[in-house]
Amino acid sequence: MTKLSLTINGRRVSADIDSRTLLVDFLRNNQRLTGTHVGCDTSQCGACTVHLDGRSVKSCAVLAASCEGADVMTIEGLADGTTLHPMQAAFREHHALQCGFCTPGMIMAGVDIVNRNGSQVDEATIRKELEGNICRCTGYHNIVRAIESGAAAMAGTKIAAE
Amino acid sequence: MTDQGIGASVKRVEDLRFITGKGQYVDDINRHGQTYAVFARSPVAHATIKNIDVSEALASPGVLGVYTGADLAADKIGGLICGWMIHSKDGSPMKAGAHPALAQGKVRYVGDHVAVVIAETLDQAKDAAGLIQVDYGELPAVVDVGSAQAAGKAQIHDEAPNNTVYQWHLGDKDATDAAFAKAAHVTKLDIVNNRLVPNAMEPRAAIGDFDPGQDQFTLYTTSQNPHVARLVLSAFIGIAPEHKLRVIAPDVGGGFGSKIFIYAEETVCIWASKKVGRPVKWVAERTEAFLADAHGRDHVTTAELALDASGKILALRANTKANLGAYLSTFASSVPTYLYAPLLSGQYDIPAIYCEVDGVYTTTTPVDAYRGAGRPEATFVVERLLEVAARQTGRDPAEFRRQNFIKSFPHQTPVIMAYDAGDYAASLDKALEMADYKGLAARKAESARKGKLRGLGFSAYIEACGIAPSRAVGSLGAGVGLWESAEIRVNPVGTIEVLTGSHSHGQGHETTFAQVISSKLGVPIEQVSIVHGDTDKVQMGMGTYGSRSGAVGASAIVKAAEKIVAKGKRVAAACMEVPEDSVDFENGEFLGRGTNKKMTFGEVALQAYVAHKFDPELIEPGLKEGSFYDPKNFTFPSGVHIAEVEIDPETGHTRIDRWTAVDDFGILINPMIVEGQVHGGIAQGVGQAMLEHTVYDENGQLITGSFMDYAMPRADDVPSYNVSMTTTPCPSNPLGVKGCGEAGAIAAPPALINAITDALGHEEIAMPATPQAVWRAAQKSVRKQAAE
Repeated sequence: MTKLSLTINGRRVSADIDSRTLLVDFLRNNQRLTGTHVGCDTSQCGACTVHLDGRSVKSCAVLAASCEGADVMTIEGLADGTTLHPMQAAFREHHALQCGFCTPGMIMAGVDIVNRNGSQVDEATIRKELEGNICRCTGYHNIVRAIESGAAAMAGTKIAAE
Repeated sequence: MTDQGIGASVKRVEDLRFITGKGQYVDDINRHGQTYAVFARSPVAHATIKNIDVSEALASPGVLGVYTGADLAADKIGGLICGWMIHSKDGSPMKAGAHPALAQGKVRYVGDHVAVVIAETLDQAKDAAGLIQVDYGELPAVVDVGSAQAAGKAQIHDEAPNNTVYQWHLGDKDATDAAFAKAAHVTKLDIVNNRLVPNAMEPRAAIGDFDPGQDQFTLYTTSQNPHVARLVLSAFIGIAPEHKLRVIAPDVGGGFGSKIFIYAEETVCIWASKKVGRPVKWVAERTEAFLADAHGRDHVTTAELALDASGKILALRANTKANLGAYLSTFASSVPTYLYAPLLSGQYDIPAIYCEVDGVYTTTTPVDAYRGAGRPEATFVVERLLEVAARQTGRDPAEFRRQNFIKSFPHQTPVIMAYDAGDYAASLDKALEMADYKGLAARKAESARKGKLRGLGFSAYIEACGIAPSRAVGSLGAGVGLWESAEIRVNPVGTIEVLTGSHSHGQGHETTFAQVISSKLGVPIEQVSIVHGDTDKVQMGMGTYGSRSGAVGASAIVKAAEKIVAKGKRVAAACMEVPEDSVDFENGEFLGRGTNKKMTFGEVALQAYVAHKFDPELIEPGLKEGSFYDPKNFTFPSGVHIAEVEIDPETGHTRIDRWTAVDDFGILINPMIVEGQVHGGIAQGVGQAMLEHTVYDENGQLITGSFMDYAMPRADDVPSYNVSMTTTPCPSNPLGVKGCGEAGAIAAPPALINAITDALGHEEIAMPATPQAVWRAAQKSVRKQAAE
């Protein structure tokens, strides 16, 4: 067993874990944060995407034990209380989800795309950057629209915060 | 309430839980004392099982039980069933082999279920499954559907000589042959409709939970139709009688057909929960899903179209071999027969059609319904024939289609279907305009200047969905009725719970069904809850597939709502002291005609439960009504999709430059959701046409068994879609709606292949048109043009 301490969604967490535990299994089974999903076994689908120290990662490809001291954000931590994150709101506004299974990973990836590419990120960049996230329902059209819209809204939020 | 009623693009009610990570999928549910199941699967395609030694696995840490087919047989657990009887053309019933949930004596595909381990933890179950020793007597694999029936091939099931399940036909052979004999032109195509893996993003999962105190089983499962699952598990497989078996399908992460079926894993989990006395959970890994979820399509077809000298279609003839895999899955037999051949008339007035279909066993994963189910295969045949015939006879493909469109309704085709309504020219005209068809020549010239090849392809599809009238499908061999149920429970304060037998796994029923209630009962959707997916709450239902939830499920809600209004009028009349026949219901209010008396919906609901103001011998207290709705006909959505591509002949890369879709789904309940369904369908069709391919080697090993090897469409593989609608209301249901769930997947593949072959100078290409295949065809086309 390995002792692990980290921050998840702003909360300090400590646990004894099997050293081979994947971050996604730690989140789902140990922390009961089941918004992070497992859609494949080859790190291809992106349903398990979370933010690790501010960057999106596939939590099925990260050992929990490697996250000592890290800051992890999951879909459950994205909203500010009952106020949705602009990207969450944009996904609903643009009907960017159907079954909802890929959605947490898509939203976490979307936020990261905007963080890295800015609020003016264009469609071609969004489509290229979504390479690691598979959706079987939406045909991506509305996901792209939502990330464009969420990007603009995130810029607005930043200005409001400043 | 019109801003929330039928026709409004209301934002989805269900989204809030999904975008905040609070959905409840089966794998998010954990039961107290839960154990874990792992299946030992066959590593070979075809073998007798000489011996299974589970002793080492049983002794492994944490193991609670290891079971094989012999244990299921000892408990008299029946095999999995196929619920649609097909008769061959000689009148004999289809020849189906047994389909045990755990193999008995033989394995028939890689991934076939040999044994199950139940252990305290998932890792312990996995470790133990690896210790099961199976002595296989290997037999030759039978992989190729084209040669599976040949003499000398290994026999997969003793019951099915020559690996042939049925030799079925539909249509008038003599009339069709006679029409071909006098044709001025015949177009002939050899078509392979490639095998696909559905790959809903949520893998299948199940939790079996037996409560000995109540002698009650509960199954949590990823199902599109929990009541059908209960019926089959109870009446055929024999787990428990229906009143002792509860099936819950909570949030389900996509289905596309693959979660209709009653599979081995769910069956074993529910059965094993009683054996070990603990809840048993199983969650498919994606690799397991590739092996064990029913696949789709996989037809090999020769098809011909006969024209007269004026371009009028005289007849269509098709001969299809359909790969059914190693066992008959739940509805496998119906997909290449009654869901396929009756669609071969497309949007066209074709006087004679004849189709022969051989259903064939192979040592591969079972094949069953996948988004469209038979109709994409038919549409691919029809729309490729039309396109190639137009090219061969020098006709404009749009005008050739228009010339042959059915122009008056109702229209009886020669292959069962009676189309009730449509306006095919309206969709074509709108699509031509949106796609700027007139500008195509200039765009082709511009692409040529850049060294690129540009092509445009049409697909004028029709589908039969909203499946279906029970008597009609019963006469064709279905083992079930295909009505739908609804129950409306009005609470004393006027809030409403709607219990529906439909199941939402992405379709947004919690929104659209509430919109129907809002329109019919005049209440805001915030006062409405849609309840589905639990056999203890909803009495009975047939579930969601075949684009039936709007046409059948929502129609049942309309019928129940009409009964609520009728009962409400009687209560209101008594309360307002006016005659029953003088009460009108408008915008959520009961009005005494010719008086100034009125009551709100909530007031009437309260009075129905208070029951102070009416005679209980004349009016029963309470406000709850139900309906079982059985449609008069299928619905017949139609439309025109136009794909335009630009190909780089040096790399074979195909860029989809624009996609135009004009669909006629009748009345739309929520246009935003309908457009989303079209988008998703197109992407799956693009996947089939350009990316997705299921490959077995000659030994029956699945080569494309993960997302590393099987090319799922990703965001940069598909374009933005230009989607629009035309509207001819469906006359066969009270809402005037048609199904929209499968249209995109039906329309897209021929549109794209027609576009690619147009760009390639009419050089034929098979699906999927991968860059390598396109490059080869482009080089051939360039050489041919140089030679000319």
